Amino acid sequence: MNGADAIVKSLQKEGVEYIFGYPGVAISPFFNSILGTDIRTILVRQEQNAAHEASGYARISGKVGVAVVTSGPGATNLITGIATAFADSVPLVCITGQVDSSILGSDGFQEADISGACESFVKYSYIVRSAADIPRIIKEAFHIASTGRKGPVLIDVPQDVQMKTISRFEYPDEVNLRTYKPTVEGHAVQIRRVMSELQKAERPLLCAGGGVHLAGASAEVRTFAEKYGIPVVTTMMGLGTIPTRHPLFYGMVGNNGTPCGNRAMQEADMVLMVGARVADRSIRQPELVMGDKVLVHIDVDPAEIGKNAGPTVPLVGDIASIFREFNRRELELNFDEWNDRLKTYREQAVANRKAAADRERGDHVDPAAFVRQLSMAMAPDAVYVADVGQNQLWSCQNVVMREGRFLTSGGMGTMGYAVPAALGARLAAPDRQVVAVCGDGAFQMTMMELAVLQQYGISVKIVVLRNNVLGLVRQHQHYAYKDRFSGVDLGTLPDLEKLSQAYDIPYMRIETAGETEDRIKAFLAEDKTMLLEVLIDPEETV
Amino acid sequence: MKRIYSVLVENRAGVLCKVAGLFWRRCFNIESLAVGETDDPQVSNMVIVSSGDRRTLEQIEKQLNKKLDVIKVKTFDERESINRELMLMKVRFNKSNRKDIMEICEIMGASIVDMSRNVLMIQMCDTPERVRLFLDVMKGQSIVEISRTGTLALTKCAEAKA
Repeated sequence: MNGADAIVKSLQKEGVEYIFGYPGVAISPFFNSILGTDIRTILVRQEQNAAHEASGYARISGKVGVAVVTSGPGATNLITGIATAFADSVPLVCITGQVDSSILGSDGFQEADISGACESFVKYSYIVRSAADIPRIIKEAFHIASTGRKGPVLIDVPQDVQMKTISRFEYPDEVNLRTYKPTVEGHAVQIRRVMSELQKAERPLLCAGGGVHLAGASAEVRTFAEKYGIPVVTTMMGLGTIPTRHPLFYGMVGNNGTPCGNRAMQEADMVLMVGARVADRSIRQPELVMGDKVLVHIDVDPAEIGKNAGPTVPLVGDIASIFREFNRRELELNFDEWNDRLKTYREQAVANRKAAADRERGDHVDPAAFVRQLSMAMAPDAVYVADVGQNQLWSCQNVVMREGRFLTSGGMGTMGYAVPAALGARLAAPDRQVVAVCGDGAFQMTMMELAVLQQYGISVKIVVLRNNVLGLVRQHQHYAYKDRFSGVDLGTLPDLEKLSQAYDIPYMRIETAGETEDRIKAFLAEDKTMLLEVLIDPEETV
Repeated sequence: MKRIYSVLVENRAGVLCKVAGLFWRRCFNIESLAVGETDDPQVSNMVIVSSGDRRTLEQIEKQLNKKLDVIKVKTFDERESINRELMLMKVRFNKSNRKDIMEICEIMGASIVDMSRNVLMIQMCDTPERVRLFLDVMKGQSIVEISRTGTLALTKCAEAKA
């Protein structure tokens, strides 16, 4: 057995089903060892997509996604994907080949200091010096990636280490890291404090972030909200914690959020921030917004608490475990008056939205209405993957969530995320419908993955909102630069119908608002990859 | 506000780079840094002096604790600890200023550890303030070169819990 065999065997011990990767000389021992095993290799068309596909897989399966690429440019291409996963705390193990130890450090062919380059985007990184360390390192890497605040771990393995013979393979049962002991149980005193603050509160609000999904705690959080009648808002990453049409749901917060969600945040006298970073996109001026309220901040990462807003009650631990503890308590609470107030805001917002939708757009498709129609027509447990740009904002503001999931690159805002992430998501849930919604700019960043979908028969519904411009930047230039449009015109190519033909993918188009409903129905009817192009007016703003 | 962080880390390749990189990346200040092995060869102690507002100082501690190579972070005020810096200095001398230099060394408690016909090497080990003061006083002389450590610090014995 050699080092590469040990890597593959360790991955099998971790229950890895798929690796997303791209070979090259420095990682060829690994690709030799994986042949003939039960782990399937998905050959991506550019390494960045390996990380995005692993990310989509991880977010839906709840397991660790694995990307394996070669040294030098293979590894550096992976970086944007790693950074994207890091910003959204997605558990990945990324294995990179490296030049032989004997030339490491001498600027050899395809040598890149990938662990140095990734240092600020990984939870931890290893350079493997000895093949005997491989089982321990892989055991640790999976543990680190998937516990505490989740995130990517990088393992850089020189080619000679992969080829080195090892006498025996023993996979450790346990991880022993003296420096890494994430807090799981919430502190009992803090839990009591939250409960006593809740008893004093008149207008409490629960704001759920992406951490709720990462902890797999949506059910616990929903139970808690329902038990005490506590209104819920979410960040973009927290969408889907409870269904959009749930009576206790009042929308999304943030500068792209809904008026009702933001008003709820302003008027609340107590906010429970759950698995949310209080980052600039959600709460732009945390001190101003939070100054007059009781802020309870619940997060698995102690460094997030107090980073952007000083909480009244900090509570560190696993969200699922903390909310199970909350749900065991029995309190007499009534927030009907507060809910009634929020309900009028919500009704008002719906009325305003209807008025806006009625404005003159001729035959053009209303992207907001399109997203609502699409998400209502999708299976209740479908996965909706939004890309980045106007498409992301139309999506997050209008998607009607039921029992499904909403995936997007929230922290990093990486264009091109949707198609590869949807591919990974579908592999994690082969029975669920997966829909990727992109703009024409974002789609062109990763459209090479259409080949991967077809080659492996992975079924993903792809929507391209087509306006031939980089809409969100154009919109920014419209407002902030008085219509001086610079570098946002995409021209009129490619012809997506011909492109679909080239990849042997069925294609449909929506040109006018009137045909939306029927086309969506036809688009979603069969479980096979399909591309739907929706023409959008370039003047349209979010 | 000034704060001292005494950080026990795994004594592995790349750890210094990871910790220093964290300060740079998050726009935290490093006023001084001193690193050395402890009694356990697998563990190094990094003493970092930093400054910032209360929230920054708290974030530094939390972000350090998040690093997987960091075993333990102790943080304290300079009044709670004994602090030392070491400076070696080469100074050119001649007949006319040799006495002056020796007098300054005597007053400040510095010692002369090496010499040639026209250059003296002075060793000054004291609190960071006194090392700075010594340097200021010596600026009138013709300094050839200087080598200085960062601050070393341990909490005072009376307050030591561990």
